[in-house]
Amino acid sequence: MFLGQTLLHSLTPPFKGERVLRQTWFIGWKSMLVIALTGIFTGMVVALQGFPTLRRVGSEALLGPMVSLSLIRELGPVLTALMVTGRAGSAIAAEIGIMRTSEQIDALELMGLNPLRYVVVPNVLASLLALPVLTVVFDVIGILGGYLVGVRLLGLNGGTYFGEMSNYVEMKDILGGIYKALTFGLLIGWVCCYKGYHSRFGAEGVSAATTQAVVSAAVLILVADYFVTSVVF
Amino acid sequence: MIRVNNLWKSFGRQEVLRGVSFDVQPGEFVALIGGSGSGKSLLLKLLVSLLKPDNGRVWVFGKDVAVSSRKELEYLRSRIGFVFQGGALFDSMTVYDNVAFPLREKTGLGEKDIRRKVTAELELVGLRDAENKFPAQLSGGMLKRVALARALVRDPEIVLFDEPTTGLDPVVSRAVLDLFSAVHQRLRLTGILVSHEIPRIFEIVQKVAMLHEGRIVAIESPGRFCASPDPIIQQFVNGEASAQSCLNRGAHLK
Repeated sequence: MFLGQTLLHSLTPPFKGERVLRQTWFIGWKSMLVIALTGIFTGMVVALQGFPTLRRVGSEALLGPMVSLSLIRELGPVLTALMVTGRAGSAIAAEIGIMRTSEQIDALELMGLNPLRYVVVPNVLASLLALPVLTVVFDVIGILGGYLVGVRLLGLNGGTYFGEMSNYVEMKDILGGIYKALTFGLLIGWVCCYKGYHSRFGAEGVSAATTQAVVSAAVLILVADYFVTSVVF
Repeated sequence: MIRVNNLWKSFGRQEVLRGVSFDVQPGEFVALIGGSGSGKSLLLKLLVSLLKPDNGRVWVFGKDVAVSSRKELEYLRSRIGFVFQGGALFDSMTVYDNVAFPLREKTGLGEKDIRRKVTAELELVGLRDAENKFPAQLSGGMLKRVALARALVRDPEIVLFDEPTTGLDPVVSRAVLDLFSAVHQRLRLTGILVSHEIPRIFEIVQKVAMLHEGRIVAIESPGRFCASPDPIIQQFVNGEASAQSCLNRGAHLK
């Protein structure tokens, strides 16, 4: 019901474009550094782990496809979503929880304004917009990380790394990753806003809501990952 | 202006309000007093339908709030100002933007008219110089005054004050109550003031209503309230302040 009302308000005027942009900046741009760091080291470790295994079977040329497909289909969307949950989702839940406990949400209602439209919709839309972009950033930087380890450190030919990648990675893989990112974006926005919005009063209530938001969103991301994978791929 | 009839509200097995009834006439300023947890703030929230009663009815401006449509409720609320206990100012906005917010969102006023109105309200509460500050940079007394400015900016006919002096030192608390009194006298508003500032609030209200064990046990002028032989009232008043001090402050009013 909460999600249904949120989606309804996000599709009907008045639209709060400025708030959506502000939250997109907060969720998206301010998560960029942590996503870049996570992405590069994930790509590097996949290459470091994968290269010896592939060499054992004489297929080290497939390192590029292995790194890129792992990132685009699975690791990129999931790790991006988990990092955003930790960085931005927790902040969203805490902020809305504080607004609830300090009666700012009641104040909005008494002004004749719908709190869902003002507080929840911008966060859900921003999360939906930011996740695919962050996932693409994660994937690209992760692939570069794999290049650094596979080509610069372990001596694989650079042309082979990218050439084989273009042979194996299909549009279906890229779209599948984007669908996952959109699903996770919706989940993060929904769960974190819901938990904050229904926070109990006092510092303990906000703290509990924040913890529940992060844990629930993280678990739901992993559950949804299985189902989206089974449908899309 | 406000009529409450046999209002009941429980949370789980705890019955907080058990048949509250009272009336507030136009232009009246009523103090709502009672022990902590007696349901005073809850009663204010029921008046504006932020919460729904289990039983009973509330009429504001002659409209039953429980059966009002969302549009009707929105209209009713636009005629009511609510000063929350903690101010409920939006942290991310400056003082000016907090006061301007209801005008920007709910009226078709241009920015020039909004500035004129907001400036007038901030002047009224003595905070013209603080318009660019954020709530976190304000003292407790300033927060309450900004909350009052925001509550008044749409020219409400009723203002509800939920413990506006909680957490303030006696000097600031006195200043805030004086300001509320001045605003009430100047604008002839109808108001309900939830407060523990006994006997100070008796100087600024026309009536005192006491909530005890879920019911209004008295609603009288301050003078008659203080003189009441009711042991519950005497016990409460004596607990909050000396009876003589109460009588001194209340007697000259009526």
